[in-house]
Amino acid sequence: MSAHTESEHGHGETAEHAHDDLGIHATLKGYLTGFVLAAILTIIPFWLVMSGGFEKSSTTALVVLAFAAVQIVVHMIYFLHMNTKSEGGWNMLALVFTIVLVVITLSGSIWIMYHLNSNMMPSQMQDPANLP
Amino acid sequence: MTMAAGGGSPEALSFHVAGDHHPENGTLLGFWVYLMSDCLIFACLFAAYGVLGREFAGGPTAAEVLELPTVAINTTLLLLSSITYGFAVLEMQRDRQKPMMLWLAITGLLGAGFITLELREFAHLISIGAGPQRSAFLSSFFALVGTHGLHVSSGILWLIVLMVQVSKKGLISANKRRLMCLSMFWHFLDLVWVGVFSFVYLMGVLP
Repeated sequence: MSAHTESEHGHGETAEHAHDDLGIHATLKGYLTGFVLAAILTIIPFWLVMSGGFEKSSTTALVVLAFAAVQIVVHMIYFLHMNTKSEGGWNMLALVFTIVLVVITLSGSIWIMYHLNSNMMPSQMQDPANLP
Repeated sequence: MTMAAGGGSPEALSFHVAGDHHPENGTLLGFWVYLMSDCLIFACLFAAYGVLGREFAGGPTAAEVLELPTVAINTTLLLLSSITYGFAVLEMQRDRQKPMMLWLAITGLLGAGFITLELREFAHLISIGAGPQRSAFLSSFFALVGTHGLHVSSGILWLIVLMVQVSKKGLISANKRRLMCLSMFWHFLDLVWVGVFSFVYLMGVLP
């Protein structure tokens, strides 16, 4: 009985505040759209790679990355309910900040390491002119 | 006198613009910031894999050890678990506890299936001598995929704790808030997995 009244109380409370607290209105249509899009965007790159891909593997890699980028956006919109207005725009601000850091981390690491490979050839290492 | 009062009227002194959206509860925003920090951890691991992923040190190459059919099943399981969690959230919005718990249980089982397949893959790799200590490629592979697997395992643990909390207290607003946080966590893991299967598996097996 006590549990019943407690849940009743909780129910009334959430009915009043649910929209303010959660601020997210999930819909069946949204989830299904996201699922179908995500499934299509998964199947195509898998099929592409498993069937051998394009002649140049760098083309296949770019296509796979493009599909991944689109699918990440689909997940953001339909599953994580991202938009520019949620939480007064702070959600989006945090996301943009993170994307900037992620791009710097990824592109910076790969750029530096690939150049390091070519700049640290053994011949250069032994050149006295390059020594401090 | 009236002029002076007008200069100091409450309207001029108010710091909150009427009608401005002012979230009462910052939990979801705070959790989002946590997820973004998690995103940075994964970015570092992806960067490490991007740099080291082709350094095989004479050991097995990615094309030799990674099996795409297993990954396809794993991807399917995780994507299905995302949509079943979505169904649970929809039932939560309608305050229907029983169907919600059922969808949560299905989500947990799909997640457990994902972890089982991943652990089997790891065990197979280690048994053929392709453990994390074999080459830089395998170190970065185990670090990235293993961290994602750890996150999914933590998500399943959280899911179980949440199901106990809901069964004890019902769908109170605190539990609804927790369910929305776990929802973000779970969908975020699916999002990271998109990066993993594209960058590690699909691009790894390319010649």
